[in-house]
Amino acid sequence: MNNYILIIIIVSYLAMLFYVAFLAEKRKKSKWVNNPYVYTLSLAVYCSAWTYYGSVGIAANSGIDFLPIYIGPVIAAPLWIIVLRKVIRISNQNKISSIADFISLRYGNNVFLGALVTVICLFGTLPYISLQLKAVSETFEIMADHTSYVSTNILDDSTFYVALLLAIFATFFGTQNADASEKHTGIIASVAFESILKLVFFLIIGIYITFYLFDGTTDIYNQISIIDNFKELTSLNGLEDGFNWLFLISLSFMAIFLLPRQFQVSVLENNREKYLKKAIWLFPLYLLLFNAFVIFIAWAGKLTFDGAVNSEYYTLLLPLENGNSFLATLVFLGGFSAVISMVVVSTLALSIMVSNNLIIPYGFLDKFIKNQPERNAKYIKNIRRISIFTIIIIAYFFYILFSKQLSLYSIGLISFVIIAQLAPSFFIGLFWNRGSSKGAIIGIIVGFCITFYTLILPFTLVAYTGTDTFTQLGFNGIEALKPHALFGIDFLSPPAHAFFWSILFNLLCYLIFSIITKGNYRERNYAEMFVDSNNFKALQDSALVWKGEAYVADIKSVLVRFLGEKKASRALRLFFTKYKLPLDTQLADARLINFSEKLLTGSIGSASAKILIAKVVKEEQISLIEVLRILEESKENIVSNKILLEKSDELSQLSSKLKDANKELVIKDKQKDEFLDTVAHELKTPITGIRAATELLMDDEDDMPTEIKKQFLSNILQDSDRLGRLINNILDFEKLETGRLSLDITYLDIHETINKAIANTQHIAAKKGITLKLNNVYRFKLDYDEDRILQVLMNLISNAIKFCEPEIGIIEVDYILGNNELEISVSDNGKGVPNEDMEYIFDKFYQSQHQNTIKPEGSGLGLAITKQIVEKHKGKIWVDKTKKTGAKFVFTLPIS
Amino acid sequence: MKHRILIVDDEPNIVMSLEYAFKKKGFEVFIARDGSEALTILKDTIPDIVLLDIMMPNVDGYQTLKHIKNTVSLEATKVVFLTAKNKASDIEKGLKIGADKYLIKPFSVKKIVSEILELVT
Repeated sequence: MNNYILIIIIVSYLAMLFYVAFLAEKRKKSKWVNNPYVYTLSLAVYCSAWTYYGSVGIAANSGIDFLPIYIGPVIAAPLWIIVLRKVIRISNQNKISSIADFISLRYGNNVFLGALVTVICLFGTLPYISLQLKAVSETFEIMADHTSYVSTNILDDSTFYVALLLAIFATFFGTQNADASEKHTGIIASVAFESILKLVFFLIIGIYITFYLFDGTTDIYNQISIIDNFKELTSLNGLEDGFNWLFLISLSFMAIFLLPRQFQVSVLENNREKYLKKAIWLFPLYLLLFNAFVIFIAWAGKLTFDGAVNSEYYTLLLPLENGNSFLATLVFLGGFSAVISMVVVSTLALSIMVSNNLIIPYGFLDKFIKNQPERNAKYIKNIRRISIFTIIIIAYFFYILFSKQLSLYSIGLISFVIIAQLAPSFFIGLFWNRGSSKGAIIGIIVGFCITFYTLILPFTLVAYTGTDTFTQLGFNGIEALKPHALFGIDFLSPPAHAFFWSILFNLLCYLIFSIITKGNYRERNYAEMFVDSNNFKALQDSALVWKGEAYVADIKSVLVRFLGEKKASRALRLFFTKYKLPLDTQLADARLINFSEKLLTGSIGSASAKILIAKVVKEEQISLIEVLRILEESKENIVSNKILLEKSDELSQLSSKLKDANKELVIKDKQKDEFLDTVAHELKTPITGIRAATELLMDDEDDMPTEIKKQFLSNILQDSDRLGRLINNILDFEKLETGRLSLDITYLDIHETINKAIANTQHIAAKKGITLKLNNVYRFKLDYDEDRILQVLMNLISNAIKFCEPEIGIIEVDYILGNNELEISVSDNGKGVPNEDMEYIFDKFYQSQHQNTIKPEGSGLGLAITKQIVEKHKGKIWVDKTKKTGAKFVFTLPIS
Repeated sequence: MKHRILIVDDEPNIVMSLEYAFKKKGFEVFIARDGSEALTILKDTIPDIVLLDIMMPNVDGYQTLKHIKNTVSLEATKVVFLTAKNKASDIEKGLKIGADKYLIKPFSVKKIVSEILELVT
C-alpha cells in the first residue's frame, strides 16, 4: 500500500475522531454520552497496542503467559464497588485532577509527594507511550511494505512523523479546557468509540483467520498440537511459573487502578457512581472477548510463518499474506485506535500532573497576573500543551534509544512495575489512617530505586553496551546483587522479580516509617477524611474551625485571576446564598476558604490552590495549623474525657481500697488493743498467783501446814517460770512480727536437731508417761537456724504432750523429703484438733475452747511464734486434716 | 451456819490460795474450773457467794452470771467478779449485768476476804 494513501487514511480517521469528540462535547447532557456503556468502554483504554499486537506475540512464543495481564483487572473489577467508589467520591468532593493530586492530598496536600508521584507516572508512562509509537511505526512499515527499509536519521524516519502527528493531535484534543477537573466528555466519547472499533476489528480478524483461513478452532488446535513444545505453551511450568503468574496478576491488578490513564477514565471522568455496577461485569466481558481469539491467531501465525516474522504482527501479516489488504487496513486502524486512545488519555493525565503538581507549584505560581483570567487560563493551557507535546517527543526518543530491541510486552511490563510503586501509599492510605507522607515518600523512592536497579538499569546497559555482563555477574561481580536474581531468587522473570523486591521494600518502608513518624495535624486530618470517606463531608465542613483573618475582597481577587470576574462573582454569590450569609460579608470564614480552594483546585491543582489562597489569608500558615490543633485538641478532649472517666474509676477503686485498708487498720488497731489486753491479762494471771500465795505465806506463816506451805512455794516458782516464759515469748513474737529477728542460718543435720528437741522435752513427756520417739534414721543436712527450729520442735512437742492422754500417749517426730523441701511432722494420738480450731490455731493468744489442761503451761503465743519462725525460713506449717486420730502438725523447710 | 462460796477460775494456783483463805475463815468452799463446771455444781448447791472469773474457756463469766440471774433458786446468791479485766468499760459492763461486786486481779487475799464477808453479813 502506498505511503500517501495510508497517511490519508490516518488523517481522515483522526478527523473522524475529532468529529465524534466534537459531537459529544456539543451534546454533553445527552444520554448517548452519559451512560454506563460509554463509561465501561472508556475503561477499555486499558487495551492498548500492547493488547492489540503484544498478546499475540506472547501467545505465539510463551503460550498462555499473555493471560495474567487480564486476569488482574478481572479480579479487581468486583472490588471497584468498594475501592473505586471510595476513590471517586473523595475525588469528586475535592475536585481532584490526577492520581498525583489524589495521593498528595491524602498525605496532607504534600507538595513534594505530588511531584514525586508525577515523576513516577512520567517514568512509568514514557516507555508505555514509546511502545505505542513502536507499534504504530512498525505496523505502518508493514502496511507500506517498507520492511526492508532502515531509516538513518530522524527526518527520514516515518515513526517521527507519526509521533509528531500524534503529538499535535493529542495536544489540541486534550486541552480544550483549563479546568482539569471538568469532564472531558468529548475525549471519553471518542475513546469509547475507539474501544468499539478495536474490539470489532480484532474480532473480525480473529474470525477471518480462524474460520476463513483455517477450518475453525479445532482445525488450528489439531495442527498446532503436533509441534514439539506444544505442551509447554499451554500449561504452567511448575511452581516458578506459578510465582511469575501470581506476581504478574498482582501487577496488573494494581495497574488497573494506578495507571494515570486508568485513573483518568475510571475516577476523574466518572459521572455517576452507579456506572460502576455495570462496569464490574461488562469490563471483564470486554477483556474476555478481546482475548478469545488471541491464542488461535498466534497458532495460525505460527503454522503459516514458522517463526520467520515478528509474531506480534500476525494479525496484519496473515491477511496481507493472503492478499486481503482491506482487512489488513481494518486491523491497522484497530491498532491505531488502541494507540490513539491510550496516548491521548495518558498524555492528558500526565500533562495535568506535570502542570499542576510539578511546574506550577515549583516556580510558575508567581507568573500569574492579577485580573487577567483569560491570560492565566491560556497560560495553564499552554503549559499543558507543551507538556503533552514534550512527553510524546521524549517517548519518541525513548523508542529510538531502547524500545526498538524490546518486545511490546516487555516494555509494557516495565511501565507496570514502575507504576505499581504507588500501590502501598494509594491502597493502604485509603484504609489505614496512620499511613504518613514520610512513609509514602520513602516507600516510593526505595521501590523506584530497586526497580531501577533490577529492571531499568540492566536493559539500559544492554541497549547501550550491547553486552549483558552486568545482568550475568551483578554489581561489582557480587552474586547476591545480580539484577535479575537478587539474593539468589533466580526463578522469576525479570519483571516479576523486580516487582517482588521493589514492592516488598516499598511496603516495608511505608509501614515502618508510617508507624514511627507521626504526621502533622493537617496530614492526620486528611488521612482521617480519606479513610472515613462516608463521613467525609461532615468532617470536612466541621474540620475547618478557622481562626485566621482574610477579606472576602482578597479572596475574590484571587478567584478573579483564574475564573474571571463574572464566574468569580457568581460563585461567591452562590456561596453566600447557600450558607445564608449577607452578600456584603467582609471577613472570610473557613467555609469560604475551603470553597475557594476547591474552586481553584480544578484549574491549578490542590497544592497550588492552597498556596495561592494562603497568600491572601493573613497568618494562614499558623492559623491553619492552629485550626487543626483545635480539632486535634477536641479529639484529644474526647480521649482525655475517656481517660478522666478511667481515672475516676481508678480513683473510686482506690478510695474503696483505702476504705478497705482503713477497715483493716481499724481491725489491726483493735487487734493491737486486744493483743495488749491479752498480754496484760496473761501477765497478771501468774502475778496474781504469786501475790496471793506470798501474802498467805507471810500472814499465815505459823498456822500453815508444811504440806501447804510447800505447795504454795512450788506454785510461786511455777508462776514465776510462766511469767519469764511469757515475757520471752512476747519479745520473740514481737521481734518476729516486726521482722527484726534475723536468723542465724547454718548447714546442719536435721536428725540431730530433732534428737536435741526430744532430749529437751523428754522429761516432761516421761512425767506424763508419754512415749516420745523419732523413728527416722536417715541423716539429712540443710540450712536453718538451729535455735529457732529447736524452739519450733519443742513447741509442737509440748503441745502434743499437753493434749495426750497420760500413760498411753505416743508422740512421733518424722521427716520426709518432698519436692524441694523437707517435711517435718510431729504427730500424736491425742484428741486431735477440732475442725473449728484449724483456722485459728496459729493465731496469737488463741486458746482452744477444748483445752482442758493445767493452765500454767501455755502462753497463747506458742503456735503463733512457731508459725512465724517457719515462715521466716520460707517454709509452711499446717495441721494435717487427713489424720483421723490425734493431731499431726507438719512444717516444711526449703532445700536450697 | 457456814457460808458457802463457789470459786470459779481456770487458774489452779489462784484458786488454791483463795480456797485456803476462805476455808480458814470458815467458808464451805466449792471449786469450778470454768463456767460449765460451775453450772453443774449450781444445780444442786446454792452458795451464798459466787466468786467468778471472766475469761474462761467454754462458758465464760458473763454467761455464768446471766444463768445465775435467771435461776429462781439462786435469787439470794451474790455474785462477785474477780478478773484481770480492769478497764472502766469492763467494770461498768460487769456491774450492769448484775454483779454485786467487781474485784480486780492481782488482789490482796485479805481484802478479797473482807469484801466477801461484808457482802454475806
